[in-house]
Amino acid sequence: MAESAVPSATSPQAEPSAAPLRLPIRDIVPWAVLAVVLAAILIYFVGAEQGATSIFGGTWVHEFTHDGRHLLGFPCH
Amino acid sequence: MMRALLVRGMLAGLAAAALALVVAWLYGEPQVGHAIAFEEARAHAEHAGHEPEVVSRGVQKTAGLITAMAVYGVALGGLFSIAFAFAAGRLGRLGARATAALVALAGFVAIELVPFLKYPATPPAVGNPATIGSRTALYFCMMALGVLATTAAVIVGRRLVPRLGAWNAITVTAVGYAVLLAVVYRLTPEPDAIPEHFPATVLWNFRIASLGVQLVLWATIGLLFGYLTERSVARRRAAALV
Repeated sequence: MAESAVPSATSPQAEPSAAPLRLPIRDIVPWAVLAVVLAAILIYFVGAEQGATSIFGGTWVHEFTHDGRHLLGFPCH
Repeated sequence: MMRALLVRGMLAGLAAAALALVVAWLYGEPQVGHAIAFEEARAHAEHAGHEPEVVSRGVQKTAGLITAMAVYGVALGGLFSIAFAFAAGRLGRLGARATAALVALAGFVAIELVPFLKYPATPPAVGNPATIGSRTALYFCMMALGVLATTAAVIVGRRLVPRLGAWNAITVTAVGYAVLLAVVYRLTPEPDAIPEHFPATVLWNFRIASLGVQLVLWATIGLLFGYLTERSVARRRAAALV
């Protein structure tokens, strides 16, 4: 591995610019779960609702997001 | 710390959506207009009735497109900040700016380019409405494959670095990635249905515009997020030194 598992506490003065941001994995995971779930819901409504699958009846969501859906590359109709 | 990154990611996503919106208006909307004109001419020739308009074209082009872009941008920015948090300080000696640029590149390839190369964006009138279910499923599966393959590539690449050196490790991983995609592209079905006499230039220009929208979106998120994070890290360090 290019860097050691322990953050470079050995020679901080050698490279002061390389004291990078490094968050512990366990601090990221809860945020990651929440963000992925919320983002998945948002992307579903922009990209797929009332196309292949429908939670709400009608075609309003599909028609309203129509141009964004086409231009962002989602299959639309 | 994670909270600040998440907020920054969502704001960068919103700014990116604003820029992507300009590209969509300048390059995408004219092609959507051509495609809809083609669709209507065909419906007219077949004496098919006009579809009832649930949302007017004016609203689709403005409020609808703005909302779709903004929501997509914020969602993407949030996901980006999570990916950045996992990558920061774990990709060799890269700083915040370079890490953000690399994560944006990886995200663009995984979420946009991998599905696009097999199932490119289609303008109105292209695509058989009867196959929307399978096309949507295939598109999202391809996106999932892109994310999984890219994550795997990063993990494998990092493990190969001490054995092969950085250049060779990245080359071997990239070649493996390309071979995997080539095999998957060959084996997956091709449900695209382009109607007869649909202008090829409109199809090409639309697809390039769609790719441009996504490119601007990802590039803005990566560069803006990187700039802001680098600045905040520098400020923190300056404050710690004083």
